[in-house]
Amino acid sequence: MLLKHTTDQVRERKALTVNPAKTCQPVGAMYAALGVHGCLPHSHGSQGCCSYHRSALTRHYKEPVMAATSSFTEGASVFGGQANLLTAVDNIFGIYEPEIIAVHSTCLSETIGDDLGQIVAKARDDGRIPEGRHVIQASTPSYVGSHVTGYANMLEAFAKYFAEKSGDKIKQINLLSGWVEPSDMRELKRITELMKVKSVLLPDTSDVLDTPMVGKYEMYPKGGTTIPEMVSMGDSMKTVGLGTWGTEKAAKVLDNKCKVSYDITDLPIGLKATDRFIQALATAGKVSIPESIADERGRLVDAITDMHQYLYGKRVAVYGDPDNILPLVEFLLDMDMKPVYTVSGTPGKAFTKKMEALVGERCPEAKYKNGPQADMFLMHQWIKEEPVDLIIGNTYGKYIARDENIPFVRMGFPIIDRIGHSYFPTVGYLGGLRIVEKILSGIMDKIDATAPEESFELVM
Amino acid sequence: MRKIAIYGKGGIGKSTTTQNTVAGLVKMGKNVLVVGCDPKADSTRLLLGGLAQKTVLDTLREEGEDVEIDDVIKRGYGDVRCVESGGPEPGVGCAGRGIITSINLLEQLGAWDEKYETDYTFYDVLGDVVCGGFAMPIRDGKAEEIYIVVSGEMMAMYAANNICKGIKKYAQAGSVRLGGLICNSRKVDNEAEMIQELARQLGTQMIHFVPRDNMVQHAEINRKTVIEFAPDHPQAAEYAQLAAAIDANEMFVVPTPLEMDTLEKLLIDFGIAN
Repeated sequence: MLLKHTTDQVRERKALTVNPAKTCQPVGAMYAALGVHGCLPHSHGSQGCCSYHRSALTRHYKEPVMAATSSFTEGASVFGGQANLLTAVDNIFGIYEPEIIAVHSTCLSETIGDDLGQIVAKARDDGRIPEGRHVIQASTPSYVGSHVTGYANMLEAFAKYFAEKSGDKIKQINLLSGWVEPSDMRELKRITELMKVKSVLLPDTSDVLDTPMVGKYEMYPKGGTTIPEMVSMGDSMKTVGLGTWGTEKAAKVLDNKCKVSYDITDLPIGLKATDRFIQALATAGKVSIPESIADERGRLVDAITDMHQYLYGKRVAVYGDPDNILPLVEFLLDMDMKPVYTVSGTPGKAFTKKMEALVGERCPEAKYKNGPQADMFLMHQWIKEEPVDLIIGNTYGKYIARDENIPFVRMGFPIIDRIGHSYFPTVGYLGGLRIVEKILSGIMDKIDATAPEESFELVM
Repeated sequence: MRKIAIYGKGGIGKSTTTQNTVAGLVKMGKNVLVVGCDPKADSTRLLLGGLAQKTVLDTLREEGEDVEIDDVIKRGYGDVRCVESGGPEPGVGCAGRGIITSINLLEQLGAWDEKYETDYTFYDVLGDVVCGGFAMPIRDGKAEEIYIVVSGEMMAMYAANNICKGIKKYAQAGSVRLGGLICNSRKVDNEAEMIQELARQLGTQMIHFVPRDNMVQHAEINRKTVIEFAPDHPQAAEYAQLAAAIDANEMFVVPTPLEMDTLEKLLIDFGIAN
């Protein structure tokens, strides 16, 4: 029993988070920055922050994640980090030659009050930023929000800096993606192409964090949203943001700066959320829905119908990031499963309201919570109070799954003990099929492993 | 909307001057928001009639993220909207970070929404610019005009010069400019001339000379601004003039801070040494 100290009674906690269901803001800022072509993330703080955030991403994506750091010492902490960042800008453009440096702050630089905007402006005035190169910045203190907040802040910074309104509208839409896998971003692009909607996807980590092995290392792989694409976002007809937490800030900036109006819809995870996404694309792009998309939907509905008896009434515990787990919870409900426990370490009052609307009458026994004390410990205690048939979440759930002998499906960030997430999407109808397959495998493997001999079934 | 920050040496009379100036602006029909950026949280006492108001950071600590705008903004004299950032007790935590958190929160809560039709925002900032946090009100897009309260005393002038260094740094990147020096008289010899010369050398102006008068103390004891407590007293007219001068001010500069020996020479030429 690895978590033998978890008690089965939930007590009111005033402080203390045990096994948080979130990580640092800069991890998100780095991930978003990697979805822009030729961009080097830069961590304005001590070296340890940068190392941790890089390795957090590398362990999940199994790709080398490069980022620079301002390497704060005692001196920089007292006198401010301006000198370090200015030197870093010189060195980075001189040695690593990125098109863009995306600077994010850390807890230390935020607390001492370093003003990234002022330092970057000084670098510009000093002529340290070569012609055609760019430095952007986002404020990402980890004592506010979570990795999702950092992702949203960096996305906002890209939109704010690059998008330009030329006055000539382009027949394209902006697609702002919440935090999903490179495989998911590839799938989003495949869907928009099938729909014949011209779009700019920001960020786009496909072909950056899922690159093929060709025997040669590329510091800046071919993927990522390009600068001209980001500039053109100011002339798009519409912005579609996938996930409130990850994309609303950037969508608002595009509206304020370039008067490109926006719709926020959920990440297309599961049946109905994908329906809404397809509908949003059709509306924004003024296109009709092709038969091939309707067929994909039909195959997903078919699979769910075929296997409904194994899904019906199953109790599920879910944890992760709001943009990802809200549509997942809806999908579980649509398959007649019971998402009885849901936690997210990412704060935001909208979570409770959205969960209320989802579970309402369909799963009145559901417990859910988000924010600092909505941790893995709380979810484990709930499970001990009354068990579940399935756990869905990132790798950190494996301890609970093992102790309580519960089937476990890995989804979310980070997954550091299995592969697959980089290659097979969980968005769209195809992604829905993969979720159904994984859920069924988890549930049915346990039936096979534990069924008495007389009821061990060949055909299931 | 004009966004103004008042800086100056500790104890120089920033809060008193700010609140009396604000009262003057209110009498001119202006709509003002005052943000106290001092952990002592005493920047709005005269406008609120001594009402100790709950600070933004205390509210944040006790109620978590569910803070409402009405929890932290109180209406004072002439409907002035008053906020206190607050901060930790002396010797612990980070007061500078408190100010960053507090101003960010006010922005999030929409304290500057168009519906309030704010004409002026005043940031009343503690003593010297001691760290990045206390410079928050002069970062890009926040306060755009700075007034420094100063007297003819050596240390007050020294502090004013230091503050100009901070303004110069942020002016490089943003829109912040120095609007002038407010001389809050301590009855030092040649005071007005000396501050005028200091202002000239800093590249700015002495926007008003506020004479020393005991009426200020009487009003303070009664938890009121002079303008409210004794509207017909000459001192009330002084503050009204200061308010009018700020309202009409169009001289906004990037200051040129002085070297230490130049500052000392100024004192010798004009001041105490004579």
